[in-house]
Amino acid sequence: MALNRKDFLGLYNVSSEEISEILTTAEAMKEIFTRSVKKIPTLRGKTIVNLFFEPSTRTRSSFDLAAKRLSADVMSIAKSSSSVVKGETLLDTARTLEVMGADLVVVRHSVPGAAEFLANNLKAGVLNAGDGPHAHPTQALLDLYTIKEKLGKIEGLKVLLVGDIAHSRVARSNIWGLNKMGAEVRVVGPASLMPRDIEKMGAQVYTDIDEALDGVDVVNILRIQLERQAKGLFPSIREYRQFYGVSEERLNKLENEVLIMHPGPMNRGVEIESSVADSENSVITEQVRNGVAIRMALLYLLAGRKVENEDIN
Amino acid sequence: MKILIKNANIIDPINNLRGKHDLMIVNGKIEKIATEISVEEIIKEEYKIVDLEGKYLLPGLIDMHTHLREPGYEDKETIKSGCEAAAAGGFTTIACMPNTKPVADNAATVEYIKSKAENALVKVIPIGSITKKSEGKELAEIGFLKEAGVRALSDDGYPVMNSEIMRRAMEYSGSFDLPIISHCEDIDLVAEGVMNEGYNSTILGLKGIPAAAEEIMISRDIILAEFTGAQLHIAHISTKRGLDMLAEAKKKGVKVSAETTPHHLVLSDDAVKGYNPDTKVNPPLRSEEDIQALREGIKSGIIEVIATDHAPHTYEDKLGEYNYAAFGISGFETAISLLYSNLIAKDIISFEDLVLLMGKNPARILGLDYPGIKENAIADLIVFDDKNKWKLEKKNMKSKGKNTPFAGQEMQGKVILTIVDGKIVYNDMKGKGELCYG
Ligand SMILES: [Zn+2]
Repeated sequence: MALNRKDFLGLYNVSSEEISEILTTAEAMKEIFTRSVKKIPTLRGKTIVNLFFEPSTRTRSSFDLAAKRLSADVMSIAKSSSSVVKGETLLDTARTLEVMGADLVVVRHSVPGAAEFLANNLKAGVLNAGDGPHAHPTQALLDLYTIKEKLGKIEGLKVLLVGDIAHSRVARSNIWGLNKMGAEVRVVGPASLMPRDIEKMGAQVYTDIDEALDGVDVVNILRIQLERQAKGLFPSIREYRQFYGVSEERLNKLENEVLIMHPGPMNRGVEIESSVADSENSVITEQVRNGVAIRMALLYLLAGRKVENEDIN
Repeated sequence: MKILIKNANIIDPINNLRGKHDLMIVNGKIEKIATEISVEEIIKEEYKIVDLEGKYLLPGLIDMHTHLREPGYEDKETIKSGCEAAAAGGFTTIACMPNTKPVADNAATVEYIKSKAENALVKVIPIGSITKKSEGKELAEIGFLKEAGVRALSDDGYPVMNSEIMRRAMEYSGSFDLPIISHCEDIDLVAEGVMNEGYNSTILGLKGIPAAAEEIMISRDIILAEFTGAQLHIAHISTKRGLDMLAEAKKKGVKVSAETTPHHLVLSDDAVKGYNPDTKVNPPLRSEEDIQALREGIKSGIIEVIATDHAPHTYEDKLGEYNYAAFGISGFETAISLLYSNLIAKDIISFEDLVLLMGKNPARILGLDYPGIKENAIADLIVFDDKNKWKLEKKNMKSKGKNTPFAGQEMQGKVILTIVDGKIVYNDMKGKGELCYG
C-alpha cells in the first residue's frame, strides 16, 4: 500500500487504508524519538517549505522539527494574512517556490481552499497544515494516532468533539477521519456555533454537553475563539464555561473514564478546567509529541516515497 | 441592408407563427413574410440572401439584468464589449444596472451611457438607481432619471435595507411608471457569506449565505408592494421558499414579477467543490431542491423572466482564494445554449416559453414594444442552430469578463446570427463568430 498522491489536503478523500498506513508509519517514526541521535537521512536533498500565512507556533515548529529529523532542507516563510488579501500574491508566492525547487510545500492559511488552490498551481506536493475552517488533516491524524495508542483501537469508540464546531477545521477533519476508521462521532456546542447539516457528515449533534458526554470514550475539546463572542455568537465567556466547559465535576458524574484531548492552545478555565487538562486521563502533551511523528510520516510518504528500497529504520 | 431570409423555421408565440417561412428585411423592418418568396422577386444584387434551412428564427431576446461596468470599471467591461458579447449571445436589447462609477443616479450619467451605446451592436436600456449613490439613504432624482430614459430603478447589489426608504421609493416611482427591481438580500444575515449555507458550505468550511437572507427581503418587499401598489420586480430569485411567497403574492393580486438566471437553473452549490472562484455568485448557487423549484417556476409562469445578471470581472478579480474573489458570472454568451441543452432539449420549457421569458415579459415590465416577427415590425431577430456542438473557451469570449464556471464545457445549440434593426450584427454561420459594425 502506497500513499499515491501529490497533495494531502484533507481526510475527506483519503481511504481508511491510507490512514492506517500513515498511522503505522508514524509508529516507526516515533521510535526514532527514543534514540540518542533523533535523526534519519531519509529526506536528505529534499526541500520542504513551511508557508505560513497565519501565525501558528505549534504547528509550524512541529512541521519544522519533523522535516529536520528526516534531514530535509527546511525553509520557513511567514507572511501575515493581511498583506496577502489578493489572490495574485498567493499565486506569485507559489511560483516563486516552484522556481526555488521546493519538493513539498506545507501551507497554513486563514482561507478555506487556499491549500487546494496552491496544489492546483504547483508541481510540488502540497500538505495542508490548516486552511480556515476547512481542514487540518495532520491534527486529525495525530488525534487518531493518540486515541489508538492509548485505547488500542479506534473502531467502535465513541468520540465527542466539544465547542465551536462551525469554525473548526479540527472538528471537520476529525469527523471524516474518525468515521472512516469506524468510530462513532458526536459533536456538542452552542447551536449558534454548529454548522448546517453537520449530521450529514456523520456526526450526532447535541446541544446539552452532559447528555453528549454520556457513554463516550474520548472527549476532544476545541479552543473557543474569544472574538466569536464579540460577533454575538454566544452571550459571554461566563455562560460558555457554565454550559459547555469541561469540568472535573462534569466528568465525575460519568460512569466510565474518558480520554481528554485538546488540540491547543488551551483557554484554561474556559473550555477546559485546569484540573481536567492536567489530569491522568489527559493526553494533551502526548498529542504534541505524536504530532511530530505523524508529520514525519506524512512528509516521508509524500516527499520520500519515490526513493526505492529505502529502509526508514 | 436588405436581407432575404430563406427557409427559416420561425418560432414566435407573439404572433402565433411557427414553421417554415421566408422573410424580406428592408430598411430595418420586416417587409414581407411568406411561405415562399422567390429569388426572382428581388433584385439579387441588393439583397443578402441567407438560407436558414433547418435552423430556428426567433424574435431577438431581451436581457433585463446586466452589468456593463462603464463608466468606471472599463477594465471589467465596456458598453462596446458588453454589447458585442450580448450580440453573440442572442440578445438584441439589454438593460444595464446602475452600479457604475459614478452610479447612474443622475441624468448626466444616464446620458453618457446612452451616448456610448449609440454605436453599440445592440440596444441598451439604462436602469437608474433608487437612491443617491445607491447608498440607501435618500431617493435619487427619479423624475429626472425617467426623463433621461431609464425604464426601471434598482440599487441591485446594494439592497435598500431601510424599509421606510423602500416604501417611499415604491410610492414615488409609481407616479413615473417605473418598476422597482429589488435585489433581495438582508445584508446583516449575509454577513461575510460567500456561498449557499448548507451541507456543502459546512464541508468546504466556507461561510454560508442562508436562504433566509433572500427570503426575508422578498417577503418585506412584497408586503411593501402590496401596501404601496407599486410594481415590484424581484431580481434573480433563487430559493424555493421565495417562490412560494411570490406565488402567493401573485394570487393576491400584488403587482410583482420575478426573474431567475440560467446559472441558477443549471448549477447547484455542488459546483463550489474545488473552490473555483467562477462559481462565486450573488445570490449564491443554491441546492438541488431549489433548482427543481426554479424550473417548476419558469414552467408554470410564476417566474416570468430569465435574465443573465451578466457580471463580468477581470482575471485578477477572480483569482486565488474563494473568499477574496468577486461575485458574478459573465453570462451573455452561454445563456441560450445552457437553456437549450438543460431545459428546451429536455422538454422542460419550449422555444415559445423562451421567447416569453426572455422577450415578451421583460419587454412588458420595462415598457418596451415587442412586436415579434410580423410585417412592418422592427427586424430584431436571432437564429438558433440546435445541432451546433461547440466548446466554450474563455479566449473566444467576446466579453472582457471571462469569469464563467462553464469554461471547457461542451455545449449543444448556439445562436449563429443576430440581427438588430435589420442589420446583421453577429454572424457565426461559418463558425467565425464575426461581429459586424457599420
Ligand atoms: Zn443583483
